[in-house]
Amino acid sequence: MGFDWVFFTELIVGGLMSGVMYSLVAIGFVLIYKSSGIFNFAQGTMLLFAALTFVKLTEGGVNFWVALPVSMGTMVVFGILVERFMMRPLANQSLLSLFMATVGLAILIEGLAQYMWDSAIHGLQLADFLDLALLDPVNMTIFVVDYIEWLDILISKFDIFATIVAGTMILILAVFFQKTRTGMSLRAVSDDHLAAMAVGIPLSRVWALVWAVTGIIALIAGLLWAERVSVSFTLVEAVLKALPVILIGGLTSIPGAIVGGLIIGVGEKLGEIYLGDLIGVQGIETWFSYFIALVFLLFRPSGLFGLKTIERV
Amino acid sequence: MKTKLWITGLAMATAMSATAPVMAEGEVYIPMPVYRVGPYATGGTGYFGGIIDYYTLMNMTEGGVGGMKIIWNECETNYNDQKGVECYHRQKEFQGKQALFFDPLSVGISTSLVAQGRKDKIAIIAVNHGRTEGQRGDVFPYYFMPGINTYDEHSIITAYIGELEGGMENLAGKKIVLLFHGSTYGREAVEFTHMLCEKHNCSSEAIEVPHPGNEQTSQWLKIRRSKPDYVVLRGWGVMNPVAMQTGVRMGFPISNLIGNIWSNDDGDVKPAGSSANGYQAITTHPTGRVAKVIDEIVAKLYDQGQGDLEDKSRIGSNYWNLGVMAGVIHLEAVRVAQARFGADVNSAQVRWGFENLNLDTARLTELGANGLVPEIKTNCMDHVGGHQAKFMRWVYAETKWEVASDWIDGDVELSQAIIDAKAENAIENEGITPRDCNDPAQRDDFDV
Repeated sequence: MGFDWVFFTELIVGGLMSGVMYSLVAIGFVLIYKSSGIFNFAQGTMLLFAALTFVKLTEGGVNFWVALPVSMGTMVVFGILVERFMMRPLANQSLLSLFMATVGLAILIEGLAQYMWDSAIHGLQLADFLDLALLDPVNMTIFVVDYIEWLDILISKFDIFATIVAGTMILILAVFFQKTRTGMSLRAVSDDHLAAMAVGIPLSRVWALVWAVTGIIALIAGLLWAERVSVSFTLVEAVLKALPVILIGGLTSIPGAIVGGLIIGVGEKLGEIYLGDLIGVQGIETWFSYFIALVFLLFRPSGLFGLKTIERV
Repeated sequence: MKTKLWITGLAMATAMSATAPVMAEGEVYIPMPVYRVGPYATGGTGYFGGIIDYYTLMNMTEGGVGGMKIIWNECETNYNDQKGVECYHRQKEFQGKQALFFDPLSVGISTSLVAQGRKDKIAIIAVNHGRTEGQRGDVFPYYFMPGINTYDEHSIITAYIGELEGGMENLAGKKIVLLFHGSTYGREAVEFTHMLCEKHNCSSEAIEVPHPGNEQTSQWLKIRRSKPDYVVLRGWGVMNPVAMQTGVRMGFPISNLIGNIWSNDDGDVKPAGSSANGYQAITTHPTGRVAKVIDEIVAKLYDQGQGDLEDKSRIGSNYWNLGVMAGVIHLEAVRVAQARFGADVNSAQVRWGFENLNLDTARLTELGANGLVPEIKTNCMDHVGGHQAKFMRWVYAETKWEVASDWIDGDVELSQAIIDAKAENAIENEGITPRDCNDPAQRDDFDV
């Protein structure tokens, strides 16, 4: 039997789509790191908290278009609180202390989410709220649980939608960072805190803004993940998928997060199927993505798009 | 100074011993190793809620069990093995009374306690799950898995697939994929699935989903490539809805996805939304208000503002019904022991009770549990006793399960060989001296 090209293509497409989902989480990491140099371990729990807030509101009968801004508002308030009560008091501490603070924050949010909501698995069917038939070229609702078969290759409609959303979000972020005054302030802060403050950029406001924006990104990513895998405490583990992504893409680059996500998405699928078959072991994709990241690090220690750190000695 | 300290200490010790609570006469104590928080809380709150509701009902209507009031205390295990073992040590005695048995609803916790339970003479209960060779009561006298074991479960699923195909002979040439959770629990069915297909001339393939199972694209692409007739889902937690959603997204017919005993909760299917419509799963305890005892719990507890479940809509849900079923089995074991040893039984005597269960239809009807609990008859060589199950089908529009089959028996003959081999292995590697179940002294008077 020859090589199954249709299956191979499906695997690549499936990997790319999964990669988009990983990138969505990785972007949150990059934003916080770019603006404050902190590796935000709480990104996964923020994703859970945001998605859970939205789902519980809609389950309680709140209209989608009310639940969405309320959830966004919750994440903005969350961002402001993090800046006020975590970032500001720890502003001059070492990066390790700040990292440990985000570990604490992750555990706190996880507990808080259980206390406020619950720990059950919740489904999210966006099709219940949205009619996006216009997005579909054959006039079928994009969220229906079927698929497009083109040349016998399966492409999930939902994954296409997730890719469109992720692409739009990246475009908005790019415009925000490059063209707006606030975005440029963020970049200035990420380049040099002291210099940014010297030219009158309010550091605390910028940090609050970054955490709020990250919260909103966590909400969007959380909703897409929820549609795909439900809302449960295992969403926190999405963070584990994003780690190799940012190792490859570099902690300071949004394009890096995208490319890293795609590499990991495709790499882990190819590893699971072909390498797994070769060595006779299944379920290797959880560690294989880290293996890919380590190989990349050997050649590009700052990641594909990360900035090289040069220090005088 | 030293004398003063000594006197103060003595006075405090005297005061403490004078006030230390001691359980009253006429009470029996059962520990409750719950998990009300954490990722598996849905299962924990349902299961232990069902047990507590049944015990409360018995205290209310019958003054407890055999005239002894039932007392319990909770310990949060978080579904964590280490915490579960800690709970066992903390709970094995309470206010001077020894625990009658320990039921943690966790493969990890119950398996960790097999040897300790034997040492302490406290039966470890694992309803519908656990270490399969634990069925052999001669080797594992203090370990009970009332209901079905892994091998029953999968042989019953195969029999049901045969039924769907119009007869077991029609399984020939069919392909069955086992999609299993990447854990000891998940892997346990792999070998037996292949054995079943060898017997029925079908082909089988086992595909592992790494824990927790929230990314299954590769696995479902593999399934798409294999083109199986049926996929048997041996999942846990979030792996279940994700399997349904991903499977349907990949074009697999949901009615040909058959769930195992830990893939049959309402909480597994509801998150999958319309994808789950028509999904079928095995059960030992049909959901809904299927028995008189459930109506009684509702009337005497929930309608009076009592009951353990915060959300009343979960009455009749899978885990809650499993809890009520467990409660029925627990107290029946106590009653069986009481019939022989008198009302104030100890844990070794209750172990004998678990080994001599005879929950036939007549007895289940008397208990108001007919329709909820399967017939269970245990003995020294069989600590499972049920070996039968039904199937349910999820109806998305009505958000409920409907019963899809009658009771189907497991292939006990096929599974016995593999259970015996594992038990022999345990005898050799764990230094266990088995009892002789044909010797009345070792069988009926063991430890009592």
